[in-house]
Amino acid sequence: MIYNTGIEWPYPVLYEKETEVDTDVLVLGGGIAGCWAAITAAKKGLKVAIVEKGATISSGSGGSGVDHWGPCVNNPCSTVTAEEAVQSPPKGSGMYNFAMSHYIDAKENYDTLLEMEQMGGKIRDTEDEFAGADFRDDDTKFMFAYDYDKRYRMRVWGANFKPLLYEECKRLGVKIYDRTMATGLLTEGGKQGGRCIGAVALNVRTGEFFIFRSKATITSMAKHQRNWNFSTEMSGLNTFRPNLSGAGYAMAWRAGATFTHMEMSKRSMLSSGQTFPFYGTGNSFNTWVPCTLIDADGKEIPWIGRDGNVMDSVSDRVHPGEAGRGRKKAEKTVAELLADLATAYRRRPLPDIIPDLEQRIIAGEFKLPLYADLPGMTEQERNVIWGVMVGNEGRTRTPVLNTYNESGFDSSRDLLQSYIMLGGGGLYEPSMPQTRIGGDLGPAGGFVVDWNLMTTLEGLYAAGDTLPMSHTHSHAAVTGKYAARKASQYASNISQAQLSRQQIDREKARLYGPIKNKDGMEWKELNQALCRVMQNYCGEVKNEELLNIGLTWLDDIERNVIPTAYAPNPHILGRTVEVLDILDCNRLILQSSLARKACSTMMSFVRLDHPQVDPPDWHKWVTIKQQDDRIVTDSLPHDYWGDLESNYAKHSGL
Amino acid sequence: MSEDKTYAVPNQPTPSRPVIIDAELCIACNKCVEVCQMDVFIPNPEKGKPPIIMYADECWYGGSCVDFCPVNGAIKLNQPLMQRVRYKRKATGEHFRI
Repeated sequence: MIYNTGIEWPYPVLYEKETEVDTDVLVLGGGIAGCWAAITAAKKGLKVAIVEKGATISSGSGGSGVDHWGPCVNNPCSTVTAEEAVQSPPKGSGMYNFAMSHYIDAKENYDTLLEMEQMGGKIRDTEDEFAGADFRDDDTKFMFAYDYDKRYRMRVWGANFKPLLYEECKRLGVKIYDRTMATGLLTEGGKQGGRCIGAVALNVRTGEFFIFRSKATITSMAKHQRNWNFSTEMSGLNTFRPNLSGAGYAMAWRAGATFTHMEMSKRSMLSSGQTFPFYGTGNSFNTWVPCTLIDADGKEIPWIGRDGNVMDSVSDRVHPGEAGRGRKKAEKTVAELLADLATAYRRRPLPDIIPDLEQRIIAGEFKLPLYADLPGMTEQERNVIWGVMVGNEGRTRTPVLNTYNESGFDSSRDLLQSYIMLGGGGLYEPSMPQTRIGGDLGPAGGFVVDWNLMTTLEGLYAAGDTLPMSHTHSHAAVTGKYAARKASQYASNISQAQLSRQQIDREKARLYGPIKNKDGMEWKELNQALCRVMQNYCGEVKNEELLNIGLTWLDDIERNVIPTAYAPNPHILGRTVEVLDILDCNRLILQSSLARKACSTMMSFVRLDHPQVDPPDWHKWVTIKQQDDRIVTDSLPHDYWGDLESNYAKHSGL
Repeated sequence: MSEDKTYAVPNQPTPSRPVIIDAELCIACNKCVEVCQMDVFIPNPEKGKPPIIMYADECWYGGSCVDFCPVNGAIKLNQPLMQRVRYKRKATGEHFRI
């Protein structure tokens, strides 16, 4: 039984009440990609609507800030070309680099950053706080991260970028529907695989039903999450981002769009409930590069460079030189692959602290615990880490920088503890092998798109993290803009279509089921059960039998448990509908895992019944869609977008 | 509820106090209700009173409620105790917790 607080729901309850909205371009998800898309389409004079589950002023994965921006290859200080930038793909993506959208990102990254500056975003050290710093160009006042020679990853003051985007949307007359979760796509004739002609949505405060009719639709909602790993206990909802359930994937899967790489998942570093505030512990990674770590006795943990040699100075870490040519990988057995995967999540691109740190601690060379030695850094390096990077990256301004400073932490004299090998937070965290992550953090599968960033559903464009193997702030911004250019062009040449009443009624029946029960299954227990299915039947090792049992379990839950789900108010109804989407995403992952009949090192993918590791025949994108409610799988070459330079020139419209 | 009675109450979700509102400073503008991404808060049915933290277990500690609050100090993030990081003063070796 659900405990009743006796407080009446504070908002009007408008279950099933319909509101119809007509628009030229409909943007589903008002995060970074969605806002940039809306701004771009509105500037072309089109009617634009954003549908956002949270509050657009700071919603989305990048809503609470960003500290670095790139690959900004066209900034005047960069020594890197777009072609080179996409050849060094994001960590963990390997041969499955989705080079098409990353190339687009590289080509338009700098112009997008300048546009951000026009909106009021701070992208230069205008107060000369860091004058003369190794990471600063004193002419442009740009500041760079990670590689101070290549100068194509910009340090930015992005904590307020999202509110600025929101203001720009409002200024341009974009209609913003906050607290409204998109739940289903509308297709021509109500047919799976038909042209996308709008979407329906649910207000999570009132329960009101929205019908959006559009000429073009851009899906810029989050990646699938909460598939293996979910707990609200001690961790906040999920481990990282709010409100995310993979609804954008689930609704497009139901509508017949084609996805790829959905079988990709990795061992989790993010056990729910065990982590510390992100970027809020001593470490030397990501936002904290190139911070020195020391052991309990003050002994420095060495860094090694790309040549494998120990680096002598802090400066070396940010002047790493050219990357060496990767060694050709020897063919592996499944047993070797599994042994490799057990530690693979610890390996990071060099330069980095020594990869055998754990063994050397055990051997007694270093003494736990470790600390970040901010006081030992130069003043400029210290203040750019603690103040610019930690302070502007997502969820760091208030949760870390201000909270820590107010509690008495002083970066010039205090050593922030590292939890490496103590469990929880950062790398080397003990994690359950079966607790995998898909879209929760980092690259994962997504929509198959063409050079227009149009999905396989005509009229539906994809931007941001929903593109395969994509997960950065600037990538979301740039692809949002690009998709909106294309969608605007499309919308200008097409008229609105007749909606299918039958499709709308089906969606209403699906959504409002949980309000009709008087008691029953609660969403959190459902979400955890869906995670257990994935842990058990789509974990570190897979075979056809396991995957099919997983699918059977999902069918059972859908048929026998979902009808008992209970939502006593619109908020809980929204959470319950999220779980229905998680169920569909789980199905999409299981079916995709069945379709890849080989093991893959880069995908951390093990099929015990197909033990060949990385056979050349399987170096491809496995694709999957539903047609007449049946599963159709196929594949695309790993470079299906063709030559990047000529195709970009042909299609970008610039 | 009467203060001299004992009530049957279920266990609280953990964390149960992700943010702390200072009722003296809060002006009940409900800005935090409007900007919270998770809808952790609901407006207080009693006009002029601080919002109610209804879905504490959904807080993701993003800090929007603090960032957009017009009154400095009226609302504070309250990290779960087990997530309070420790630090050491380099010169003295003293240990502290956030």
